[in-house]
Amino acid sequence: MDGAEALLESLKREGVDALFGISGGAILPIYDALGKQQDIWSILTRHEQGAGHMAEGYARATGRVGCCIGTSGPGATNLVTAITDAYMDSTPTVFLSGQVHSANIGKDAFQECDTFGITMPIVKHSYLVKKSADIPRVVKEAFHIARTGRPGPVLIDLPKDVTEGMLPGEYEYPESVNLRGYQPFAPAATEQIEAAAKLIAEAKQPVLYVGNGINAADAADELMRLAEKLDIPVTTTLLGRGAFPGGHALALDMLGMHGTAYANWAIHEADLIIALGVRFDDRVTGNPKKWAPNAKIIHVDIDAAELGKIRFAQVPIWGDVKTVIGQITEKVAPKKHEVWNGKLAQWKKDAPLTYEKTGKLKPQFVLEEIARATKGEAIMTTDVGQHQMWAAQYYNPKNTRSFITSGGLGTMGYGYPAAIGAKVGCLMGHRPDTDVWCITGDGSFQMNIQELATGVLYDIPVKIAVLNNSSLGMVRQWQKLFYSKRWSGIDLAKCPDFAKVAEAYSTTGITINDYDEVADAVRAAQKDPGTVVLNFLTDAEEDVYPMIPGGKTIHDLVMDGSGKTVPVGGMKKEEVEAMVEVLETATASEYAGEWNDDLKSGQQKI
Amino acid sequence: MSQQNGTIASNVPAQSADMVVENGVPTIISAGGVNVMSGEEKLHTISILVENRPGVLARVSHVFARRGFNLESLAVSRTEDVTVSRMTVVVAGDDEQFKQIGNQLFKLIDVIKVIDHTRDDLVGRELALIKIRIENAQMRGEITQLAELFRANIVAVDPETVMLEVTGKADKVDALQKMLAPYEILELVRTGLIVLTRGPKQT
Ligand SMILES: Cc1ncc(C[n+]2csc(CCOP(=O)(O)OP(=O)(O)O)c2C)c(N)n1
Repeated sequence: MDGAEALLESLKREGVDALFGISGGAILPIYDALGKQQDIWSILTRHEQGAGHMAEGYARATGRVGCCIGTSGPGATNLVTAITDAYMDSTPTVFLSGQVHSANIGKDAFQECDTFGITMPIVKHSYLVKKSADIPRVVKEAFHIARTGRPGPVLIDLPKDVTEGMLPGEYEYPESVNLRGYQPFAPAATEQIEAAAKLIAEAKQPVLYVGNGINAADAADELMRLAEKLDIPVTTTLLGRGAFPGGHALALDMLGMHGTAYANWAIHEADLIIALGVRFDDRVTGNPKKWAPNAKIIHVDIDAAELGKIRFAQVPIWGDVKTVIGQITEKVAPKKHEVWNGKLAQWKKDAPLTYEKTGKLKPQFVLEEIARATKGEAIMTTDVGQHQMWAAQYYNPKNTRSFITSGGLGTMGYGYPAAIGAKVGCLMGHRPDTDVWCITGDGSFQMNIQELATGVLYDIPVKIAVLNNSSLGMVRQWQKLFYSKRWSGIDLAKCPDFAKVAEAYSTTGITINDYDEVADAVRAAQKDPGTVVLNFLTDAEEDVYPMIPGGKTIHDLVMDGSGKTVPVGGMKKEEVEAMVEVLETATASEYAGEWNDDLKSGQQKI
Repeated sequence: MSQQNGTIASNVPAQSADMVVENGVPTIISAGGVNVMSGEEKLHTISILVENRPGVLARVSHVFARRGFNLESLAVSRTEDVTVSRMTVVVAGDDEQFKQIGNQLFKLIDVIKVIDHTRDDLVGRELALIKIRIENAQMRGEITQLAELFRANIVAVDPETVMLEVTGKADKVDALQKMLAPYEILELVRTGLIVLTRGPKQT
């Protein structure tokens, strides 16, 4: 058996059933082997970046490790954006890259680049394979590392002689891995669970702040049990959408810069925040010192480095969030927070997400129609920009792993390839009978529009809704708000006609101009068995609200374009400022000491 | 998802004995609590045991470089175990930054162990080679005397130069360098600090 065959055999053992990529000189042996087998669906993309995002979409929709491949040099550098994206959003992925012949490495050979070096800061781990015989072990380790602990991308760089070369002996796939330097996580300390339970019992105005960790750990059911047993409202991050169903009485929907007013108010007045699988991103916290000024924090994460990184946690818990939620749920007594939830229900009534359904077609209306037609049961991917925020606000996915977006890196061009990847996951039986929608903008779509050829050729049906405002809308919004409407580099007026583009790729395209055409178009797309591009011509003046400008606090939250702030309960702006000063001067060890006294017994070596 | 193939259960090995855990969270600093925040810059000496593999040094130094840390000194060598390399790093930073660094190092797959020596009873040594221009016999005599005073060895002599080898704590090497200032130092190289803890405790 040669190295390439050993590679494919090993991928199969890891459950890989689809491989996205583009061939080239250095990976010809692998493509030769791919052509000779039937078990792995080899999907030829039109750009390696597309292949990378497809692997990500596949992984996020199914929970399995996504896998893609590019050749040496430009193939590998084209993967870099997707690798970074997977790193930022903790997406379990294995990236295969070809490399020149070992003898030529370091000699500036044709299509040689230092892929191992270039990707070092953006991978969870990486390998430059030296011998064909190492391939099974390397693949075994790579998939183990990608999917365990905090998931992430692993790169395997494969010189051509390594994939061409014969294995010296029989092919043998290792049963287990031996990585002494890698401990994905440890069981949470009982003392920490008890400390968390104690805080929960004392809390009067608690909030569950949950993120991608819940989706990644498939812990949505556990979260629901915890929230309902304790009657605690839940707010989700952008990547946490789908971790808790919208419409539930306890759902506060998304928080942060473009989150709902009620979610952000709840955070501001909370006395306890139970943070599950989140990392206190600046798009959520604005200014972490002034965020949730009254709250103690319980922070559960599988990555110990996240605990206390941004915000001090009174009770940090290192562990698998699914298990830890279960442990906490068992430990706590049921609670009711009638007063608190009553207050929140009132806020939801007072300050819902709204827009004016007049004038040119409003993008929010389109999303409401799609949400209605799909009943929240479809997988939705998005690109990056205003449409992404509206999608997060107006589409309430019923299920976990159903809102797939580029959060950490904010990669325009992510949405459509990710949708193809997600749909491949569905077609392979991992999410049977699930529709996949991609919400994109006219700017983002054009960054990977070439993948229409991939989607159409392989019959991977995705419904693409372009919210076409003829501009880089999100940038335009910031220029409007912070640069006195000095428009610069945002005009996409000469956009191609996306309906015709669809036709050119031998599939269906529909242009929608007005409110009364929306529902029919959405239904037509649902009925159509193939890929459909819906080109919604929307109002360019419409902006995303509510908004807390970057680095600012709840006191700067504006509800609409008039820029008016709204009165907030809880701590006043001046009180928060004063408190931050005190906090900054107090030594942290004092602050920590209070808790450590209680937890001394928790000090242990494992 | 993470439990696929049952790999987790079979792969949480006994290596966890190497990890210091406070309140159930791994930590490399033992001051004051699990997530300490304080703004004081101080020098930290840490030992990092890593897999003896290509790329490890780059991975480790990147963790520092990315956060704008300047390494005061770095020494890398083989150890009693051929599969393990040992890095000794001296770095300035406050506890909070340092804790971040420790946590990020701990996450690297090729890092086996990270040890903060802030509270350890250490033997620390550095070695320096210093080449000095000699103009006359008197000068050679003075240098020889200085060498004796510092228990430095003269490791090379020729008509124009003398080379000294000195071992000790960093301040001893600093002091010798200062005493040699009036002479013309042609070249100087230092290994950077290496440390071991005293007594039976293994680092
Ligand atoms: C690759 C990349 N380049 C640039 C940006 C910066 N950026 C963020 S949003 C945005 C505009 C997106 O425009 P569009 O896709 O049309 O969506 P809209 O905001 O109009 O809904 C830009 C340029 C980015 N996020 N990603």
